[in-house]
Amino acid sequence: MNTRTGLYPNLIAFNTIIRKEVSRFMRIWSQTILPPSITMSLYFIIFGKFIGSQINLIDGFSYIQYIVPGLIMMSIMTSSYANTASSFFLSKFNRSIEEMLVAPMPNYIILLGFTLGGALRGLMVGAIVTLVSFLFTHMPFQHPGIICIMALLSAMVLSLGGFINGIYAKRFDDISFIPTFVLTPLTYLGGVFYSIQQLPPTWRAISVFNPVFNMVDTFRYGFLGMSDMNIYFGLTLVIVLFFILFAWALLLLYRGVGIKV
Amino acid sequence: MIALSVKQLTKTYANGAYALKGIDLDVAQGDFFALLGQNGAGKSSTIGIICSLIKKTAGKVIVFGHDLDTEPNKAKSLIGVVPQEMNFNSFEKISQVLLNEAGYYGIPSKIAKERMEMYLTVMGLWDMRDQTGFKLSGGMKRRLLIARALMNEPQLLILDEPTAGVDIELRHTLWRFLTQLNEQGTTIILTTHYLEEAEHLCKHVAIIDHGEIIEHANMKTLINRLDVQTMILDLAAPITTPITLNGYPASLTDETTLEVKIHRHQSINELFQRLTEQHIHVTSMRNKTNRLEELFIGLIADNKRGN
Repeated sequence: MNTRTGLYPNLIAFNTIIRKEVSRFMRIWSQTILPPSITMSLYFIIFGKFIGSQINLIDGFSYIQYIVPGLIMMSIMTSSYANTASSFFLSKFNRSIEEMLVAPMPNYIILLGFTLGGALRGLMVGAIVTLVSFLFTHMPFQHPGIICIMALLSAMVLSLGGFINGIYAKRFDDISFIPTFVLTPLTYLGGVFYSIQQLPPTWRAISVFNPVFNMVDTFRYGFLGMSDMNIYFGLTLVIVLFFILFAWALLLLYRGVGIKV
Repeated sequence: MIALSVKQLTKTYANGAYALKGIDLDVAQGDFFALLGQNGAGKSSTIGIICSLIKKTAGKVIVFGHDLDTEPNKAKSLIGVVPQEMNFNSFEKISQVLLNEAGYYGIPSKIAKERMEMYLTVMGLWDMRDQTGFKLSGGMKRRLLIARALMNEPQLLILDEPTAGVDIELRHTLWRFLTQLNEQGTTIILTTHYLEEAEHLCKHVAIIDHGEIIEHANMKTLINRLDVQTMILDLAAPITTPITLNGYPASLTDETTLEVKIHRHQSINELFQRLTEQHIHVTSMRNKTNRLEELFIGLIADNKRGN
């Protein structure tokens, strides 16, 4: 009996999930792409221009130049997380996830497809916010490779987080709990608006292990060539986090948590 | 070849409820197989497990020789499923629903587009291809589910109550289509509450009750086991006095309708002879209930008494 399995069919399935995800967030671009761009523009105007003009240079950079990388990273993270959490939860809610569960594709393809799909939304929003930032300041691109790697890795990590949230979520409210009570505090305490060198030693020591701080700090290094922490520590931490979350999500899928009785 | 082999399949839900108590089932390649049972008997749990939507507690499912535990993707690639409930994304165009399905099965885009056009046309949905699922009527949604299940051209097609809530015309169209598909070699497993449908379409039948298979037989053999059939006779002229047909228990339901019980070994010719002797003319005759329905009710009742 001829069965259609193997690498090529898996690649087609992977591509299908990504295309489905991209077409979903592009179809509702006014809810997915536009709002973060507008929000970040307001941050640029208020924190960068109005308040930032009264703040001294940080390591030779204006305040707006200092906060732009963090704000870009913030938009990448929130968009990646929101996309996968809501998309996966909705596919559970309308039961279209069953289309994938009955199909002959491995769980890791489902996981990678959703994750990369969400990451692409984050990266698209990040690219738009970067372009918008050019209206307010000049940004140096000291290490473009670090910028790209960190943007992609962070988007994937947050997208995986959104996937896990989507798996556990039983109601719509459940997909906003983690962003509100975990992600947002970690982001605001993650050195987007300040250098952790300004913090008391205890808080500084705690911040070092805040993954959001490491994402922002390493990403900022890519633009400005300066960082609070060793960027290799940041990169390693984010890579380890990626593998931990990937393994966790895969285990949940394998066990059918939240999707199979 | 065995298309589907289910061995000692057991399902216990988290609340401790037993859905399946170690069922065994074999479906031959090319068969048109009915899986019948009352609500909650275990039909949907069985199908859910075969389609990888429900986790089994124990047992084995083998599809064309591929074990669902050790070769899940090979087994799944041979199955097509028409679920009982709608489970597609209604925000997407229906053509996209089918293309996505093909993609999940690893079918290249060119072939997927050809099949999408073919199956939407066959199901009478081609003109609706650019509409989203929200624009479809109940019958159209049902046809879309069938078209979607055919996108991977499955060797084993499983339909979980495909004609529930479908009008008579569409039901007959679907019957013709499924018969044609079966004649072309597709093995079909059907669950339905319309026993007339099962009797009309299926070659073999299994009846499941309280998580156990209580009957598994050839449809004709099973029907032949029906001891007594109740026939309804429409009479040409009204009868006002009670009638006696020796050996054939009969009763008038109204002046022109006679209900007669006929044993398996009795002759209908003989019945008509007796009616003619009494100058009773019959204009039409039909079964009071579907034959399979009579059997089904009897088997379920027997099983209940046994329990």
